[in-house]
Amino acid sequence: MSRVLSYEEKDTWIHRLSGVTKLIFFLLWSITSMISYDTRVLLVMLVLSLIIFAMSKTKWKQVGTVFKFIMLFLCINLIAIFFFSPGQGTKIYGTETPLWHLFGRYTMTKEQLFYEFNVMLKYLTVIPAVFMFIVTTNPSEFAASMNKVGIHYNVGYAMAIALRYIPDVQDDFSKIKHAQEARGIEMSKKAPFMNRIKSMASIIFPLVFSSMDRIDVVSNAMELRGFGKHKKRTWYSARPFKRNDYLTLIVIVLFTIAAFAITFRDGSRFYNPFI
Amino acid sequence: MKSKFGIKEVVAIGIGTALFVALTEVQIPLGFIPNTALQPRAALMAFLAAVFGPVVGGIVGLLGHALGDALFYGSVWWSWVFPEAVAGIIIGLFAKKFAIKEGGFAVKEIVLFNIVQVIANAAAWIVAAPLLDIVIYAEPAGKVFAQGAWAFLGNIIIIGILGTLIAVGYSKIGGKSSSLSKED
Repeated sequence: MSRVLSYEEKDTWIHRLSGVTKLIFFLLWSITSMISYDTRVLLVMLVLSLIIFAMSKTKWKQVGTVFKFIMLFLCINLIAIFFFSPGQGTKIYGTETPLWHLFGRYTMTKEQLFYEFNVMLKYLTVIPAVFMFIVTTNPSEFAASMNKVGIHYNVGYAMAIALRYIPDVQDDFSKIKHAQEARGIEMSKKAPFMNRIKSMASIIFPLVFSSMDRIDVVSNAMELRGFGKHKKRTWYSARPFKRNDYLTLIVIVLFTIAAFAITFRDGSRFYNPFI
Repeated sequence: MKSKFGIKEVVAIGIGTALFVALTEVQIPLGFIPNTALQPRAALMAFLAAVFGPVVGGIVGLLGHALGDALFYGSVWWSWVFPEAVAGIIIGLFAKKFAIKEGGFAVKEIVLFNIVQVIANAAAWIVAAPLLDIVIYAEPAGKVFAQGAWAFLGNIIIIGILGTLIAVGYSKIGGKSSSLSKED
């Protein structure tokens, strides 16, 4: 379970920002990197995200294992794109500059390399933003500040419960898994396919049923304490918007607009160095 | 259809999402196509949608997928997050018909559940996910439709087996109240 990213208490200006500010930043950032295929924009974003990442004093230890995992997926994905569609780059950029011929219809072109380089950049620009958001945002503070900006507290609460119970459910999961393994259930790759589904079911069944019980227990407890009685509620860990929050929001909105303007200036979202 | 959004739904979304996230790392790989595997979490989502309705199903799909991807893989692949919500909403729309909590999940309901889940998965993974991949990320069509088809296949298998079994089991446990009838 150590692979999972989680919040860690630290004192930097990024940690002190309101959770909502960071959420808006994260959403705008990933939308921009999703839409834009402009290499210049993506490169600037990559550099910026690395700078911000350094400022948040996040240690490699916190994110290292997850990062290696992502790199593996990224490589597989890039290879798959080439395997399924070696001509995608040519289709997008309109020219063809063969570099070397591999076999059959597989010829590596400059355009294809450039296209896949862009895909890789898109991945890499989002990763630091996700890391940052998760590692620097306190879950309870996040729920509180969601409510502060006008989102109904039911939504904030569902979010807070989710974040609060992830470790508990994982704990349950590994307890049940160990118990079932002690009873002789084979979970490794050695077991045949159908058996693995079966043994998975023998873990998931108790897990789901105990969680359904937990839903009843928690919602009864909340009902007894009068949850949902009033239109408004107060929060223990609420954090008001400060100067830095407004500054961050202004900067990210301006940045998004600028990025879109540059990306779409020539009418296409692809930056084309081949013409 | 009456859609009440009370305390139970709030908690169900919260704990359901937590479960979904925890099950993210439980996967059975399906071969060469990257990033697709048999995902028990899909069965969980289908079950929750069938019990609690479209709002819970949709939000658990959306939030769970986004959060699970972020926590485990450090990146959110939005074009696959929204289809998960689509699947949850479609399955959830028939929650009343399944009557899982009331203990009425019998042969007819099981058949309906599986028809609905196949349609929901087709809408999500064969239509929505590849289209979003192409529109948002400009990935090659051949690749994303192959991925979508694999995800579709994987999900209908896992929901068909595991999802159905969980629903049947829970319906048996939770259905005690149906033996009581109100006297006139």
